[in-house]
Amino acid sequence: MCTTCGCGSDSVLIDGKTPQHDHEHPHSHSDHSHPHDHEHTHEHGLSHSHPHDHGHSHDHSHPHAHGPLDAAHAPETSPERILQIEQDLLAKNDGFARVNRELFAKKGIFALNFVSSPGSGKTTLLVETIKRWQGRGPVAVVEGDQQTSNDADRIRATGVPAVQINTGKGCHLDAHMVGHAVEHLQSANVLKDDSLLMIENVGNLVCPAAFDLGEAHKVAILSVTEGEDKPLKYPDMFRAADLMLLSKVDLLPYLDFDVDAAINYVRQIRPDIRVIRISTKSGAGFDEWLDWLQAGSSRAKAG
Amino acid sequence: MHELTLAESMIDIVERAAAQAEVSKVTRVRLSIGALAHVESDALLYCCEVVSRGGVAAGARFEVDRPPGRARCNACGQIFVLESLAMGCPNCVSHDLLVLDGEQMKVVEIGVA
Repeated sequence: MCTTCGCGSDSVLIDGKTPQHDHEHPHSHSDHSHPHDHEHTHEHGLSHSHPHDHGHSHDHSHPHAHGPLDAAHAPETSPERILQIEQDLLAKNDGFARVNRELFAKKGIFALNFVSSPGSGKTTLLVETIKRWQGRGPVAVVEGDQQTSNDADRIRATGVPAVQINTGKGCHLDAHMVGHAVEHLQSANVLKDDSLLMIENVGNLVCPAAFDLGEAHKVAILSVTEGEDKPLKYPDMFRAADLMLLSKVDLLPYLDFDVDAAINYVRQIRPDIRVIRISTKSGAGFDEWLDWLQAGSSRAKAG
Repeated sequence: MHELTLAESMIDIVERAAAQAEVSKVTRVRLSIGALAHVESDALLYCCEVVSRGGVAAGARFEVDRPPGRARCNACGQIFVLESLAMGCPNCVSHDLLVLDGEQMKVVEIGVA
């Protein structure tokens, strides 16, 4: 286990191995290059904060007890003292996400975080997207699942580099895991500048919503074999997404799925969300989807 | 079950703060989890207890405040209590809203001995 950051303490595996720390890689925990806002919280009740960026890696607070104020209290009063903390539970993840985002920006990488229920067709969509993206630029994939490397194997069969994160019992990817996966791709020298980087999150419409991975956009996939009211049932995820792919639309003739209702529901949650209707079987929607990818990739390259 | 991840972040923050302040016992931890944050309070409380075992915050009392969601309607300017993300403006029914409050997830303060 990494005693600096605690990672490796659980059952997360990157391509079947525990993440190795030489603490020399780009997001290593000892180079102290993570920009973190941290607050100094003092115990005199003024609760002021000093937000500032440091070139080193602290995300902790510095609670200080101040003698003169403490001395104003009689020693017999309650032995409990209160330390003001005011720290965000996601601060650590957000710090790693910021490092990932900076790396992507530096390398012109367009990174997407694909989120959906299990079985919406994420991996098939990625495979078909890779086939149709041929000739437009380099691609790499990060796959997240609790168990197995089946998805990464399917991606590698297309000739594109893929790294599998197994979260063990974890229900979502976090920015730290993705940082390790990206290092893994870099150390194999397969993460090219100006790549399209597709990150397939664990199939789960709840937990991944809260965890920024450093991506440019979350892309939510809703398949027409699910209920059209899923955006209302799981609003956090659809609110976090900039694009919804309505997948498996070739099946619509056999289903009672109401496309207009689904789009109305998702726009109740996220009025400006873009929706693309897509099918990997018929190829419907792929022109629009590839145009969207191309526009984002060009923006990422241009910096 | 991302409550466990959040509880691990909590204990990390609390243990660092306790070490900085050179205290040996954390008796109480107060968290603020906005009503709109995707967190189940009971699950979080249970996870907090589990991750604290054997450490400086073992046996601490965990308290979760759930401040309500608040939003401003971008269409009509109304400010109102946002009970869920699927809710529209009560004045003009627009869903074009700016969430002002209710999404925070933080450690507010700890009691130490």
